[in-house]
Amino acid sequence: MRKVKIAGTGLIKVKEYWDRSIQDLFAEASLKAIKDASIGDLDKVYVSNMGAALMQDQLNLATILTESLGKPGLSATRIEAGSASGGVAFHEAVQAVASGYSDAVLVTGVEKMSDILPDVVTTGLAMAEDQEYTAYTGVTKTGIAAMIHRLYMDLYASPKEICMMAVKSHEHAVGCKHAQYPFKMSIERAMASPMEADPIHMMECSGIGDGAAALVLVPSDDEGVEVAGTAVSTDYTSIAQRTDPLEMRAIKDAAEKAYKMAGIKASDISLAEVQDDYTINGILGIEGLGLAKTGEGTKMVNNGDVDKDGKTPINTFGGLKARGNPLGATGIYQLAEVALQLQGKAGDHQVEGAKIGVAQNMGGMASICSVNVLRRVGE
Amino acid sequence: MITLKTGRQVGIIGYGAYVPMYRLQASEINRVWGGFGAPVEEKSVVALDEDTITISVEAAKQAVKRAKINPSEIGAVYVGTESKPYAVKPSGTIVAEAIGATPSVSTADYEFACKAGTEAMQTCVGLVGSDMQKYAMAIGADTAQGKPHDALEYTAACGGAAFIFAERSADTIAYLEASYSFVTDTPDFWRRAKQMYPRHGNRFTGQPAYFKHIAGAGQALLEETGYKPEDFKWAVFHQPNAKFPINAARMLGFSMDQIKPGLVSPKIGNTYAGSTPVGLAATFDIAEPDDKIFAVSYGSGSGSDAFIFTVQDAITEKRDGPKLASFIERKKYVDYATYLKHRGQIIQ
Repeated sequence: MRKVKIAGTGLIKVKEYWDRSIQDLFAEASLKAIKDASIGDLDKVYVSNMGAALMQDQLNLATILTESLGKPGLSATRIEAGSASGGVAFHEAVQAVASGYSDAVLVTGVEKMSDILPDVVTTGLAMAEDQEYTAYTGVTKTGIAAMIHRLYMDLYASPKEICMMAVKSHEHAVGCKHAQYPFKMSIERAMASPMEADPIHMMECSGIGDGAAALVLVPSDDEGVEVAGTAVSTDYTSIAQRTDPLEMRAIKDAAEKAYKMAGIKASDISLAEVQDDYTINGILGIEGLGLAKTGEGTKMVNNGDVDKDGKTPINTFGGLKARGNPLGATGIYQLAEVALQLQGKAGDHQVEGAKIGVAQNMGGMASICSVNVLRRVGE
Repeated sequence: MITLKTGRQVGIIGYGAYVPMYRLQASEINRVWGGFGAPVEEKSVVALDEDTITISVEAAKQAVKRAKINPSEIGAVYVGTESKPYAVKPSGTIVAEAIGATPSVSTADYEFACKAGTEAMQTCVGLVGSDMQKYAMAIGADTAQGKPHDALEYTAACGGAAFIFAERSADTIAYLEASYSFVTDTPDFWRRAKQMYPRHGNRFTGQPAYFKHIAGAGQALLEETGYKPEDFKWAVFHQPNAKFPINAARMLGFSMDQIKPGLVSPKIGNTYAGSTPVGLAATFDIAEPDDKIFAVSYGSGSGSDAFIFTVQDAITEKRDGPKLASFIERKKYVDYATYLKHRGQIIQ
């Protein structure tokens, strides 16, 4: 397999784009990445998107969006893996270049959630669960997270210690131009916010936003940011079917495979992006990546280890909570942010000396998870 | 751009406002539905025998009394509302009859969601400004519908205000300097025929709807007239809740002090077509001669009408009788079941 590098990144601010279409968002982020890569020809486009069929009544999405690039003839594929669409699309795009089949691949994540009402978004999020076993009961994604959150509280940490995950993400988003909520949020404010699904407060959940992020992948020339490891793993979709509902095996499996491919240990990681769509998920992401032992993720969040100058900075641009969580685009935002860190282009968010970065992106309640490892190479 | 400036100067010679006495608190809605919202503290609720027409008549009668004119000389009565008691039959005829303006009068009901009342005002300005009528009355009033457990249930309220327009004279309490309308096809809130409750686009009703149109109308009128926010003593913005008008004021450069007298939504809710007119009436209640007032309405669908009024000396003699504040203070709380009964939502 050929080594693969990230040649270009393109991000737009996560927000509510009332006057723009999903095509507009896709085109802006994609063209930014193409320009950043200084590349003329592409031979493959992957579109990661979760909900266009529900939110825009749109199928054949990759074809329709790729048309906006003005490059007829491109091969185009849409990848959907729930909220993990971005990380999984990246995983596929890496293989396209690594195999030698493609020499220049654009992978763009895009989601436009503001086109529909919030209750329909809630329905859409639950569609990542098994309709025949779980979703038909009417349980929401937040409801499932609440069960996990409560179990974690019973075994390991206080509500406040878990809630700190959201406070840290907001702290890191300050000054981030592409973040939806680039401001600090106090623990008091978060804990005083209404219950979304007891014991999860509203301010512990990522919000609804539109966004697009793009990456251009090419064969590596041993300079810049290489893809060191990439893996996707799945688990039983229902937490009730798992031996330990808190284990999040898909995260651990994907991490293990990706680390092995990269030849690294968790302790080698300079920074990580984890899926904090709920505070509890962020904590379990940290543990799943092996950055903290089981039940000790909150300690890392509360003792400063996740800070920009901490042991392993986490969610350095605000994570899903503060940068925003445009579902199918989220995994690509994470990877673009890690790439910016390793390129030394993270501005005020820069983690000094960053060499290895990891992005963890999952769908459902970790029924599928991608872990991608990026590494800075060359001078 | 074309501003609505009249051929001859037009002003208001009498105004009146009315708010029903019953109130439903946000906390009571939260008790029933297990919610946590409080976009306003409480909202007005109609009595069993009140509707948009009775509210309009109350406000119209007060306006006639304050104007000190013979009501038979009123040549137009226009009612702006989105809660007409009759689907087909004008409300304006009943109001005109009740105040003694019939039969030599033009009446019609206006509909443009929450800005129907200010549309009626602009029409009256045109009729008087063109010398077609001596006196013309515009009313904005509503008994708004909010679906149980919908976000609008907290705010959908009732109330209204009436204004009589005439050629500017010493009897004028406030004359119009200019008015401007800003309209686009923006479907943020609607109710189709035969539907009981309106639907809305959630957060789409904010930035791309309310704020865009308020800013569009407000900024254009300021630019055209050359005024700055600090030139105005008072300002009124459509008030669907407590927060939006405050943010709209800030966005256009107005202060909290300027909007305070007209900001009544926290205590009575959103009176829809009555909202900006009621806020304007509350401002007239405390305004002094030479004060300038900036007012911008908003109606879903969507559009905004902006007005600049300058208060004259006659105001001090023409605001006798109960002020809006007294209607706000005169209140009786109802529980949720009584509220449903008053709104006709419990079917016998």
